[in-house]
Amino acid sequence: MLSAVSITDNAIAWPSSQELWRALSLADYNTRVVVIGATLLGVAAGIIGTFAYLRKRAMLGDALSHATLPGIAIAFLISGEKNLSLLLLGATTTGVLGILAVVAMRKIPRIKEDAAIGIVLSVFFGIGMVLFSLIQQTDTGNAAGLTSFIYGKAAAMIARDAILIGVSAAAILIGCALLYKEFRLICFDKSFAAAQGWPVAAIDLAMMAMVVCVTVVGLQAVGLIMIVALLIIPAAAARFWTDRLSTMTLIAGTFGAISGYLGSTISALTPRLPTGAVIVIVTGILFFASMFFSPHRGVLASVIRQWALSRRIAFQHLLRAMAEHEESGHTSPATFEAVFVKRSWTRSALTRLIRRATSGGLLDRAALPALRLTSAGRDNATRILRNHRLWEMYLIRYADIAPSHVDRDADEVEHVLAGDVVRDLEQALNSKDEIAPSPHPTEQPV
Amino acid sequence: MQWTWDIDGWIILAGILSACSCALLGNYLVLRRLSLMGDAISHAVLPGLALAFIITQSRDTVPMFLGAVIIGILTALLTQVITRYGKVEHGAAMGVVFSILFAVGLVLIRRATDHVDLDPACVLYGNIVQIPLDATVDALPPAIVNLIIALIANVVFVALFYKELKISAFDPMLATTLGIGAGTMHYALMVMVAITTVACFEAVGSILVIAMLIVPPVAAHLLTDRLGVMIIISLLLAIASAVGGHLAAVFGPGLFGMDATAETSAMMAVVAGALLGITILGSPQYGVIARAWNRAALTMQIVRQDMLGLLYRWRELQPRSGRAMLRSDVLAAINGGWLAKRALKRLVRTREVVSVITNQGPAIRLTPNGLASASQLVGSHRLWETYLAKHFNLAVDHLHAPAERMEHFISSEMQAELREQLTEVQTDPHGKPIPEPDEL
Repeated sequence: MLSAVSITDNAIAWPSSQELWRALSLADYNTRVVVIGATLLGVAAGIIGTFAYLRKRAMLGDALSHATLPGIAIAFLISGEKNLSLLLLGATTTGVLGILAVVAMRKIPRIKEDAAIGIVLSVFFGIGMVLFSLIQQTDTGNAAGLTSFIYGKAAAMIARDAILIGVSAAAILIGCALLYKEFRLICFDKSFAAAQGWPVAAIDLAMMAMVVCVTVVGLQAVGLIMIVALLIIPAAAARFWTDRLSTMTLIAGTFGAISGYLGSTISALTPRLPTGAVIVIVTGILFFASMFFSPHRGVLASVIRQWALSRRIAFQHLLRAMAEHEESGHTSPATFEAVFVKRSWTRSALTRLIRRATSGGLLDRAALPALRLTSAGRDNATRILRNHRLWEMYLIRYADIAPSHVDRDADEVEHVLAGDVVRDLEQALNSKDEIAPSPHPTEQPV
Repeated sequence: MQWTWDIDGWIILAGILSACSCALLGNYLVLRRLSLMGDAISHAVLPGLALAFIITQSRDTVPMFLGAVIIGILTALLTQVITRYGKVEHGAAMGVVFSILFAVGLVLIRRATDHVDLDPACVLYGNIVQIPLDATVDALPPAIVNLIIALIANVVFVALFYKELKISAFDPMLATTLGIGAGTMHYALMVMVAITTVACFEAVGSILVIAMLIVPPVAAHLLTDRLGVMIIISLLLAIASAVGGHLAAVFGPGLFGMDATAETSAMMAVVAGALLGITILGSPQYGVIARAWNRAALTMQIVRQDMLGLLYRWRELQPRSGRAMLRSDVLAAINGGWLAKRALKRLVRTREVVSVITNQGPAIRLTPNGLASASQLVGSHRLWETYLAKHFNLAVDHLHAPAERMEHFISSEMQAELREQLTEVQTDPHGKPIPEPDEL
C-alpha cells in the first residue's frame, strides 16, 4: 500500500493490476468477504427484482429503502449502540411502515401512486435526517459510520454481514423457486389469478417481503439511495434479451451477480469510492450494453432494421417508377430525368439509388443516358406495380376512396403486402395475372 | 436555543425561496403524474454539477446551471428512449436513469473535489447554515441571489406559459392538436425543474427539493379543484413548511430536553409532511374525516329510511286503528344496536314518528309527516320492482334485493319519471299497492 495518506489528500489511489487480480480471484482475505457478500446480494436482488419489476412495483422499492433511514436512527437512539441486528430491525420496521403509507395514500382520491411514493420517500427520509443530525450533535462519536447506510460502504462489511446476506439470498432463491408459478401469475394477469381463486394479496405480500429483505440486508453494502438500482436495473436489462420469464430471471440474477462482484471489488480497493455508486455504475454499463446491442429489442438492431426497410422501400420506388414509365407507352427508354420527375426524391439520393440498383443486377446502365430494367429487375418491378394497383383498386372499391387520392395510400402499403394478402386481394378483385391500368394519371403534369 | 434575526432570518428566507420555487413547478409535475421525475432530476443533476466543477475548477453559477440544463434534458430524453425501446414502464425507466446518473455523480465528486460544499452528505441536506455567514453589510449572500433569480425565472415561466402548461397538464392530446406541443412543454418543465434543483441544492439539498416539489402541491390538490387556487395554496403551504421547519429545527429538540438543533432543511420536509397529513385528514371534500363522516351520515340516513319503510309496511298490514309496532320490535328489526337507537331518536326529533304508550310498553307510530316520507320510500321500492319486472324480466323472488338497495337513491324526479312509464300498473309484482305521492 501507499505510505501515509494525509487527511486533505482526496486523490483516489487506484489499485495496481496485481491488487485487482488478488481481489477478483478472492485470494485476498480482506476483500473476499466483501466480494462474496455483494455478489450474493446482486443475485438475490436481480431475481426478486425481476418479479417486482414486472409487477410494476419497482419504484415502491425506492420509497421502501428511503423509509428505512428513520428506523436505523431510532434503533440507534433507543439502544445507544451500533448493534447491527437492532439497526436492521428498525430499518425493516419503518421500511414496512413506508410501504403501508404508500398503500394507504393510494386509496385517497387525488393522490396517485407516483406522488405517494415521492411523499413517503422525502418525508421519511427527512425524518431520518432530522434524527441523524440530532444523533451527531449529542453523541460522542459512537455514531460514526451510521451514515454508511446512506451511500453504502462494502469495505466495512465483516464475515457476519456476508453470512447474513448469504442466508437471505438463499432464502429468497428458495422462496422464488417455490412461489415461481404464483409470482408469474400475478405479474402477468392479476385479475385472472384472483378469478382462479389464488390469494393474490398474500402472494403480493410474500413478494414485497422478499423485496424488503433484500433492501434491508443490502443497506450496508450498497446504501439506501442506490439499492433500488439493484432491484430495477438488472431486471430491466434482462428484459432486452428475452421474452421468457425463466430466462429473464436467470439473466437478471447473473447481471446482479456480475455487478456485485465487479463493483464491490473495485470499491473495496478504492475505499474513497462509495460502493453503492460503483456497483450501480457496473449495472448501468450492463444495462446500456443490453439496450444497444440486444438482437431483438436493442437500439442498434432496430436502427439497422429501419435502415434496411427504408432501403428496400427506396428500391421498390425506383423499380415502380421504371415500370410505370415503360407502361405508359413511351417509345424512348427511361432516363434519369424521366424517373426523377416521378417522385419527390433528391438528385443525389436518386443517383445513389440507381448506382446501387445497377450493382444489384436490377438495372442496366450500359446504354446511358438510357436506363433499362434487367429481366430480374422487370420481374420485381412488375410484381411491385401489380401490388400497388391491386391495393388501389381495393381501396377504390371497398374503402370508397377517390381515385385521385388513392395513389398515396397505396404507396404506404404496397411495400408490406404479404403474399397471402396479395392472393386475397386478387380473389376479392377477381384479378388474373395481368396488371390493371392505373385508375389515375401516372404522369406528373409538366 | 437563542434566536437571532441576523442568522435565522436568512435561513428562513432561503427556505421560503427554495420551497416556493419547487412548489410552483411541482403543481404541474403532480398533475401530469410526473412526481417521480422531480425525484429523478434532483438526483440526476449531481453529475452535471460535478462535471461543471471539474471543467471550470470553480463554483461559478453559469456553468453549474448549464450543467443542470443539460442533465435535465438528458434525464427526460433517456427516460423516453428507455421507455420506447426497452418497453420499460415509465417509473422504472426513471429509476434506471436517475440511479445510474446519481452513481456517476457521486464518483465524479469523489474524484474531482475536496470542496466541502460538494460533499456527498451536503447533496442530501444542503448547507443552509452557511448562508448567513456569507452575508455582508451591503451584499446579499450569493445563495440567496441564486434562489431569487430561480424564483423569478419560475414565476415568469409559469406566468408566460400558464395556459399552455395548464392544457398540457390536463390533456396532452388536446394540447398537441391545438398546436402547443405537449412534448416541448414537457422538456421546458424538466429544464426548469433542473435549474430550480441546482439553485436550491447548496441551500437545502435534494431531500427538500423532492419534498417541496411533491408534498405541497398534493396537499393543495386535496383542497381545491381550480389550478390557480391550487398553485396559491401550494405556495402558502410551502412558506408554512419553511417557517415551521426552521422553528421546529431550532426549538423542537429543546422540547424533548435535547441540547441540539436539528437539520433545518430535513425538518422543513418533515413539517411539509405533517401539513400534508393534516390535509389528508381534514380536507373538507377529499379528507379522510370528511369522507368517513359522509359515509356515516349516509349509513344513518339509510337506517332511518329502512325504519320508516318498516313502519309503513306494518301499518299496511294492520288496520288503521290497529296496534302500533313496539319500540323493541322496531329496534330488533333494524339489527338493534346503537345505530338503530340513534336513528329512532332522530326520527322522533324530526317528528316523523311518535312514541306512544301501550299496554305492552312503548310503541312507535308514524306521524303524517313520517307517513309522507315513508310512502315516498316504499313508492320508490315498489316502482323499481315493477320496473325491473317489466324491463329486465327478473323472477319475482329476485326483485326485492335490488329494490332494497336502490330505494334510497331514487330522487322524486326519478320517481315521477318511473310513474310516467308505468301508468298502467297499480300494484307491484308482489300485488302490493304502490303508494301515490299525495296519499296521506
